[in-house]
Amino acid sequence: MSFWEVILQQIINGLILGSFYALIALGYSMVYGIIKLLNFAHGDIYMTGAFACLSVFGVLSGLIPGWPGIILSIVAAMIFSGCIGYLAQRFAYRPLLGAPRLSLLITAIGVSLIIYNSVMVVTNSQPLFFTSGIDNAAGIQIGNITITYIQIILISVSALLMIGLTLFIGRTMTGKAMRAISLDKETCKLMGINVNKIIGLTFIIGSALAAIAGGLACVYYGNVQYNMGYTIGIKAFTAAVIGGIGSIPGAMLGGLLLGLLEAIGTQFLGSSWKDVFAFGLLILILILRPNGLLGKSEIERM
Amino acid sequence: MKLIDKIYDLMDNKKYKYSTFAAMFAVMALLPLFLDNYILNVLWNAMFYMLLALGLNIIVGYCGMCDLGYAAKFAIGAYMTGILIKSFNWNFWLTIPVSILVSIIAAILVGAPTLKLRSDYLAIVTLGFAEIVRITARNLEITGSAAGINSITRPDFFGIHLTKISHWYYVFLILVVLFIFISSRIRNSRFGRALTYIREDEDAAQAMGVNTTRYKLYAYIVGAVLGGITGSFFAVKMTSISPGSFDFTQSANIMLAVILGGMGKIPGVIAGAAFFAIFPEVFRDVPIVGNMRMLFFGILLIVVMITRPQGLWPERKQRK
Repeated sequence: MSFWEVILQQIINGLILGSFYALIALGYSMVYGIIKLLNFAHGDIYMTGAFACLSVFGVLSGLIPGWPGIILSIVAAMIFSGCIGYLAQRFAYRPLLGAPRLSLLITAIGVSLIIYNSVMVVTNSQPLFFTSGIDNAAGIQIGNITITYIQIILISVSALLMIGLTLFIGRTMTGKAMRAISLDKETCKLMGINVNKIIGLTFIIGSALAAIAGGLACVYYGNVQYNMGYTIGIKAFTAAVIGGIGSIPGAMLGGLLLGLLEAIGTQFLGSSWKDVFAFGLLILILILRPNGLLGKSEIERM
Repeated sequence: MKLIDKIYDLMDNKKYKYSTFAAMFAVMALLPLFLDNYILNVLWNAMFYMLLALGLNIIVGYCGMCDLGYAAKFAIGAYMTGILIKSFNWNFWLTIPVSILVSIIAAILVGAPTLKLRSDYLAIVTLGFAEIVRITARNLEITGSAAGINSITRPDFFGIHLTKISHWYYVFLILVVLFIFISSRIRNSRFGRALTYIREDEDAAQAMGVNTTRYKLYAYIVGAVLGGITGSFFAVKMTSISPGSFDFTQSANIMLAVILGGMGKIPGVIAGAAFFAIFPEVFRDVPIVGNMRMLFFGILLIVVMITRPQGLWPERKQRK
């Protein structure tokens, strides 16, 4: 492979990785935008999505094999993870909405510990393997570069979801309510918006998006493990910060950018340094553009 | 519980504060005469967590900054000592100033550009920095890669070769007293009051002429230095260090010890750290529950946060 072909292949890999980051980063950004919480458990929600998809497909694959089965499993995973996200919000975060920000953050770490350790105990710390019966390697060959069908599906699904979410936030009444709450919760209550319901919905949507990413990761990588959400969770948060936290297009841009830079960084620095590269980038961007690439500057209220 | 409350009340009381403290110190100092090595090691571990928690308390408890990467601060101290002893044959006591110096430099590098940002960003930057430190330690030759640094020589102290667990028990007991002394001196100084002001209301502090960015950086540096010193002693006590000891779980544990005990209040932080070190030991041998202890811990954390957001033994507001 020539130099440019290597770069091109890495760009494709980067876009795949970036799509995962972007889908998870959206959940971080939505939750942060609306209640200013760094939802530490979000990476673990992604992990539960992958496990739910794997378990449902394990049951379904005898009846509905192939893509229809996978799609149904991912939908089931969305419902499952959406419920977990809602429950976390209802029982752990809502009672603390007026409390100091630090307490809310600690609670999020508590939720993360609960999800992480429950799955660890249930699966006995062993990875589970996903056999979809789909040929993962099949794809289009252009010169020396391979783009598999599953990669194409992955990128298009995430692109569609992002467009859909942008329209939802921008065009519907519910989306408008979400944007209003992120500006001023108290006034929203006075205007007759059911604030708690909208916050709950935000968690459900964010968790469902993470579950889609989890389900796709499960199909793409072929195995799931209880600790799969940790690093990707931090990376996705990094992506959200790079793009400007609270901004939906920012989360997508940040995710894709981080994925691309990481893939290219891996090519030149070796895979053992790729996380150093990603976090170094985070610190650098925060120094140069404290509000992220697309974020608005805002005055912090304690 | 009642006993703890009683002790806690005594520690709050100006008149009895020092005598209570001296009595507790005396009890702790006499314990090695009666206890076996296993329990001493558990207590040593508890004191080790106390040191880390007291260090982090300056950052989180006094100043209200969210640092999720404290493991990196003590990793820096531990690795500096480990490398200098192992690769350059330094005397242990001489490595401590180097650890302190490197801790200060690292704290300035991370803190100076980020401390003026939004508080949540600090959380993620410290976390990212901790990952950078850990991965770098895992990749470099001089830090022993994934295996870490092994058989670090233990130091002498006035002719005593510090090998027994009881020796280390006393070393760490002295360190705990020293750290408590430093913490309480800071607490009652102009610097400490400025930090409390920043924690309670940063805007108001700034309006009253407190240079918030500078004081936050100072607090961050002091916390990092205390972590670095603890790391140096940790390296020689354990004689081997590896990147696995400095992962996010470690940072979270220290953070939780501070939060659980009650941010800012020294007895609270100590109690939180002791609880944190002893709680897993108690449940270690119970089947099933042993694996699920972190699960219970998560639940406990949420319950504590909801019912007592200021921690189990919070700092009392001085004047309403």
